[in-house]
Amino acid sequence: MTEFLSDEMVLNMGPHHPSTHGVLRFILQTDGEMMRRAIPDVGFLHRGIEKIAELLPYQAFMPYTDRIDYLASICCNFGYALTVERLAQIEVPEKAEYLRVISAELTRIGSHFVGLGALLLDLGAVTPFVHALREREVYNDLMESLCGARLTHNYVRIGGVSYDEPPGFREKTRRFIDHIEYEFLDEFNELASFNTIFINRMKNVGVITAEDAIEHSLVGPNLRGSGVKHDIRKNDPYSIYNRFNFDIPVGHGKFGTMGDCYDRYWVRVEEVMESCRIIRQALELMPETGPVRTKLPRVFKPPKGEIYVRTECPRGEMGFYLISDGGKNPYRLKIRTGSFSAAAMIGEVSQGVMVADLVTIIGSFDVVAPEIDR
Amino acid sequence: MHNLAEIIYQFLAGRFGQSALLEPVFTLAAYLIPCIVALSLVSVISGLLTYFERKVSADIQNRIGPNRVGPYGIFQFIADGVKLLMKEDIIPDAADRFLFRIAPYIVLSSTFLAVIVVPFGGPFIIADLDIGLIFIVVVSSLVVVGFLMSGWASNNKWALLGGIRSAAQMISYEIPAALSLLTVILITGTFSMQQIVMKQGPWPWDWFIFHNPFTFVAFFLFMISGLAEINRLPFDFPEAESELVSGYNTEYSGMRFGIFFLAEFANIFVSASITATVFLGGGNIGLDPYTSGIAPQLFMVLVFFAKVVPLCFVTIWVRWSLPRLRLDQMMSMCWKYFIPLSFSCLVLTALWLLAFNGNGVFWRISG
Repeated sequence: MTEFLSDEMVLNMGPHHPSTHGVLRFILQTDGEMMRRAIPDVGFLHRGIEKIAELLPYQAFMPYTDRIDYLASICCNFGYALTVERLAQIEVPEKAEYLRVISAELTRIGSHFVGLGALLLDLGAVTPFVHALREREVYNDLMESLCGARLTHNYVRIGGVSYDEPPGFREKTRRFIDHIEYEFLDEFNELASFNTIFINRMKNVGVITAEDAIEHSLVGPNLRGSGVKHDIRKNDPYSIYNRFNFDIPVGHGKFGTMGDCYDRYWVRVEEVMESCRIIRQALELMPETGPVRTKLPRVFKPPKGEIYVRTECPRGEMGFYLISDGGKNPYRLKIRTGSFSAAAMIGEVSQGVMVADLVTIIGSFDVVAPEIDR
Repeated sequence: MHNLAEIIYQFLAGRFGQSALLEPVFTLAAYLIPCIVALSLVSVISGLLTYFERKVSADIQNRIGPNRVGPYGIFQFIADGVKLLMKEDIIPDAADRFLFRIAPYIVLSSTFLAVIVVPFGGPFIIADLDIGLIFIVVVSSLVVVGFLMSGWASNNKWALLGGIRSAAQMISYEIPAALSLLTVILITGTFSMQQIVMKQGPWPWDWFIFHNPFTFVAFFLFMISGLAEINRLPFDFPEAESELVSGYNTEYSGMRFGIFFLAEFANIFVSASITATVFLGGGNIGLDPYTSGIAPQLFMVLVFFAKVVPLCFVTIWVRWSLPRLRLDQMMSMCWKYFIPLSFSCLVLTALWLLAFNGNGVFWRISG
């Protein structure tokens, strides 16, 4: 019996394990409850999106970008549209820019709610997850009124957005963000974030130093959780983000060490508040009327060339590297996503923790399996 | 000593007369009927508790909850049971078939045995054993055997981890739970559940929770270690759905799973009724449970359930609002805080009784 216990036990976690957030697999080498290594095994959701891009006209690829990260489809739409527009030098109408920013920031709120809720669900707290999804339902309704879809929105077009805002949209959005900022987040924090058990589970677990984070090219909230102030919206502003006044929340070791799971969690909570600020300003500044879409030629052919554009998605920097040979299809499209580097990092930081901590670490990185594989 | 088996035997013997021929029949009936009573109590109560839990959790989460089967969905648990019975019963190829099959029954039987000594108020108790409280502590540790068996027999690593976790957890928390119950035993001087109820009174200041400051602490210690004993959040390590898939019952399906489920909910009831009996006066309304009429006796049952239902509610409420602890945190909480605390409660209660001649704190106040 003793030699059995000192032996390594290989556990197969996933691809259908309840807390691997989609189809993600880990091969765990454990000694009882203690873990020696966790090897991430990705690729179960590879759909060849980059190859599909080469086979389709530029506009026709837009719905596929929804599926890169289904929790933040607008942000993916936005990044792709921006890439093509910069390459072909298309002007986007003023109002479309605002609608894009508002919908992208709403999506960030919705995506973070799922991320925060799912992390709590992994720690055994079911109720905060349901409460977060309840609020996300309002976001779904808002997006439905805007573009007719609730999950894969396909709202952004090359050269603008598909529809103008419906009547009453501003008022409803304002009510939603007021509710989030002044009521819901307080309640949520009281129920979940400041719970002693939750803090004890999260603090000092999965610590990543700033150097490590940069070395492993972590992006987005995972990088900022380690205290690195890097946000594409500020550092390399795209669209009209330079018109808004907002902060970049970074981790500072709120309850434990800087860069632990709690910091990554708390950065997301603060980002929701910052998104609310951006939306509030954008709703003020958005013009009442105006075109929302530039007319493109029926057969759209951008000039020959290549371009790399990066945008800030809820899961971090999303980059589109596009090569055009002047034809009607892209020659090559490479998509860089935040979850991929995060998935690699999970294997790094989960050495010598307990099995229960691995679940916390996976949740705190907020990885979405389709975004890893594309 | 009150004992349902004996009452039935006496009744049958009185009705049909003593005879060597009928005696085995009487004996069989005398033992079988209490078993059936206990088993049906366990299943009905735990069935109603599942409904209660689903409704309460739905309320906490802004949902509606079951509302299709019967008025307000009250018969949902019967529909669930029928569904579980009709499901295919799968035993994994590599499983240890014998252990795999008997494990759920061992888990259920421990709960079922514990129900025997629960006083439902008035004369309604299946057997008022002299060693009632000790009996409960003993049979409730049988659950561990069942969990370990199911974890081992499933031949699944997640299930094995769940079984080992449950052994570690339940054996650890047995100690503070038993020690905090012992503080009350010091006051009563008896283990009999009915005697414990009768030594308390109808009013809160007669209850043992307010007897002295240390029983007050022991009450909360027992509540929390009770949560750990019955594997409820924040201590649901053997199941730990997000870590161990489903823990010890990963490989179980159909009614075998249903029996684990039944036992879990019956355990909530048993834990709540022990708390209500030992610390909150049980069904005591100030009358003798055996000699008063049927109306006061039924009122005693009402009083008992009026105390048990809120305790069950607290258990459910805690489950749906707290996250889970980590295994090492749970263990250090038990061995570093709960055991020393419950032990000092025991010693300090003994000193209190010595100093104040066995009287409680309200005796001091009222002079």
